[in-house]
Amino acid sequence: MVEEEKRKKKEDVGPRFLVSSSPHVHDRVRINKIMMLVVIALAPAALLSIYLFGLPAFKVIVISIASAVFFEWASRRLMKRSNTIGDYSAVVTGLLLALNLPSTAPWWLVVVGNLFAIVIAKQIYGGLGYNPFNPALVGRVVLLISFPVQMTAHWVMPSRWGTNAVTTATPLGKAKESLLSLGHIDVHLTRTDVVNLLIGNRAGCIGEVSVVLLLAGGLFLIYKRVISWHIPVAFIGTVWVMTDIFHMIDPTRYADPSFHVITGGLFLGAFFMATDYVTSPITHKGMIIFGVGCGVLTVIIRLFGAYPEGVSFAILLMNALTPLIDRATNPVVFGSRKKKAAG
Amino acid sequence: MSGRHFFGGVHPEYHKEMTAGKAIEAMPMPEKLIVHFAQNIGSMPTPLVKRGDQVKKGQVIAEASGFVSVPVHAPTSGKVEAVDMFPNPVGAETLAAVIAPDGEDAWAEGLNVEQDTDSMNGDQIKGLIRDAGLVGMGGATFPTHVKLSPPEGKYIDTLILNGAECEPYLTADHRLMLEHPAEILEGASFFARVLDVKRVIVAIEKNKPDAIEKMKKAVEVKEGYSVEALDVVYPQGAEKQLIFALTGRRVPAGGLPMDVNVLVQNVGTAFAAYEAVRFKRPLLERVVTVTGNGVAEPKNIRARIGTRFEDMIDRCGGLAEDTVKVISGGPMMGVAQYSLDAAVTKGTSGIVTLRKDEVVQFVSDPCIRCGRCVEACPMRLNPSALSIFIEMCHFEDAAEYHVTDCIECGSCAYVCPSQRPLVHHFRRAKAEIRKMSRKAG
Repeated sequence: MVEEEKRKKKEDVGPRFLVSSSPHVHDRVRINKIMMLVVIALAPAALLSIYLFGLPAFKVIVISIASAVFFEWASRRLMKRSNTIGDYSAVVTGLLLALNLPSTAPWWLVVVGNLFAIVIAKQIYGGLGYNPFNPALVGRVVLLISFPVQMTAHWVMPSRWGTNAVTTATPLGKAKESLLSLGHIDVHLTRTDVVNLLIGNRAGCIGEVSVVLLLAGGLFLIYKRVISWHIPVAFIGTVWVMTDIFHMIDPTRYADPSFHVITGGLFLGAFFMATDYVTSPITHKGMIIFGVGCGVLTVIIRLFGAYPEGVSFAILLMNALTPLIDRATNPVVFGSRKKKAAG
Repeated sequence: MSGRHFFGGVHPEYHKEMTAGKAIEAMPMPEKLIVHFAQNIGSMPTPLVKRGDQVKKGQVIAEASGFVSVPVHAPTSGKVEAVDMFPNPVGAETLAAVIAPDGEDAWAEGLNVEQDTDSMNGDQIKGLIRDAGLVGMGGATFPTHVKLSPPEGKYIDTLILNGAECEPYLTADHRLMLEHPAEILEGASFFARVLDVKRVIVAIEKNKPDAIEKMKKAVEVKEGYSVEALDVVYPQGAEKQLIFALTGRRVPAGGLPMDVNVLVQNVGTAFAAYEAVRFKRPLLERVVTVTGNGVAEPKNIRARIGTRFEDMIDRCGGLAEDTVKVISGGPMMGVAQYSLDAAVTKGTSGIVTLRKDEVVQFVSDPCIRCGRCVEACPMRLNPSALSIFIEMCHFEDAAEYHVTDCIECGSCAYVCPSQRPLVHHFRRAKAEIRKMSRKAG
């Protein structure tokens, strides 16, 4: 009787209360909020690019985000897994890939890039969290290797709404070309050049042109604690120091560090690609190792490789090392201090 | 000295204003009390009563079953109506005595008598503390007399009175410090006498400036006593983090505070020691913060051990319709209740009620390796890697990554954007590792 009463009572209140393990509160920062902050941080640079490169850039960005979200939705559906487009990670991937493409990229190139980024690099591994390589960079590198003409032959100077597109080379491309053809680099930066490089009045991928706005976006993410300073500072700092050393050794062959830091995709890569959570180390110590590695590889590729730019390859190579770096830099538990002098 | 910052931590919303300004009020005698026998960490005390027995207030109804065990007493006089399994606020059902009060509240012989404390030696004090059934009242419920008995070769030079109360919502310790500062210090002086400790630090988070002021005034007359204001960061009141913040000493991984010559006692325990030693009153009641948006009128209540949660909540105006969670303790480390038949035990510091829109329903996503948990963990663990190991049942790897050092503070899960049930994973791994070592041993 008493037993029955007790059981009945339990059934009465059972469904009323939620029973789960502590903690029972949460700071309410979810993946989608973090991803949205990344989009917000990238927005100024993206908008400036649309202003500079005009309609073609706008088209690339829209097609890229749309196809990334579509592939995310479609592949999850095909694999009978939950729908994850609500975490906005596909939006970030699509946007980042667009920012890594030239504004002249044809629509099909953008779609193929996203197919590789979302389906091959991300969902086949299990989706967000399980991908070993940065999806947007995989997409970009696949395009770079498979479609070199579309990816590198049609750089244009910013010309507002694309009326008089002047084909030209990127600053890093020029440096590499002149080194190969003339035996020395033909890079002289005037003050106007530097200003143009900083604000984005130069040839390049859609998103890499404005160093100032990329830096602002990166600082915003650091301020919002979405990323920490470790990877960008280690990455950019290493590029600066290494190129400075080479420049001192032979200034006729190696451009000065300020040229290397503000040209190419370094800021986009260091603040927004190398800091991808899933594919970079989890501890601050590991992040510094990762950032330095990215910097070293970038400089080696830029100075001695076949490609003028090495940021994407450098990050992907370091992605592969991330599990090892994590293992080596696992935090030391509180209280298990290393042997210390008595006292 | 203070202001030293331990690694990690989080800043949850505290919600302490709901009850911080409310004086402790006494709970009227409920119709029945459900007194659990298992109220301490260690071995369960042996029940001494059966159905139909008459008991007096303070009478031992379960005796200590070993060194790491303390007696349980009848919180009032009355009749034992049943000895049966009831929901214990820590989760499972455990054996408890249901006592119907007779309304007399008549003390058992020899209790509630003022003692001549000046003539007592350390062992006598310790004996009174053990006989009164004292346990750590911050929630850990470790028998107090065991903490007062360091093994041969260990000594204690610093006693920390923990008034940090870093758990959101809870204000029981806060109110106790405001209303009974002298009693708390006298209780602490008994601990100090047992261990021959000269240095006593009262540690309070800066979000309780009135308590800091009150305690500072109270320690003025005490030699060797001081009050330290601590930064407001969760889990500031966790033993190892507290010791580091105050003394710079690091309790070794897997070790105890006594390994760095420190004893930490909760201020509530100190108050209970005062009652036990000065008046020979066993631990029969405690302050419980009943709060959260689920109750109409949040309160700090002095309740008898065994008071059902339902009675406590009714005293605060009842539960709101859309209350979905009732927690024993705070929201970071407390235990979600499935029944309001759960009753106050010695370790119940609060009853927190959460409404539907305040509760996070766990829809756990894969780890995105953002590292927020690594930054938040005050024990410098890697919750991300640990949770992945445990999901794959790699418990040996989890052990190698020191999961057993986890203090279950919940900081990692609090910040996890994938809302992974990290603490749940770690509890599971600890249980599995215990099982493995038992098999191996």
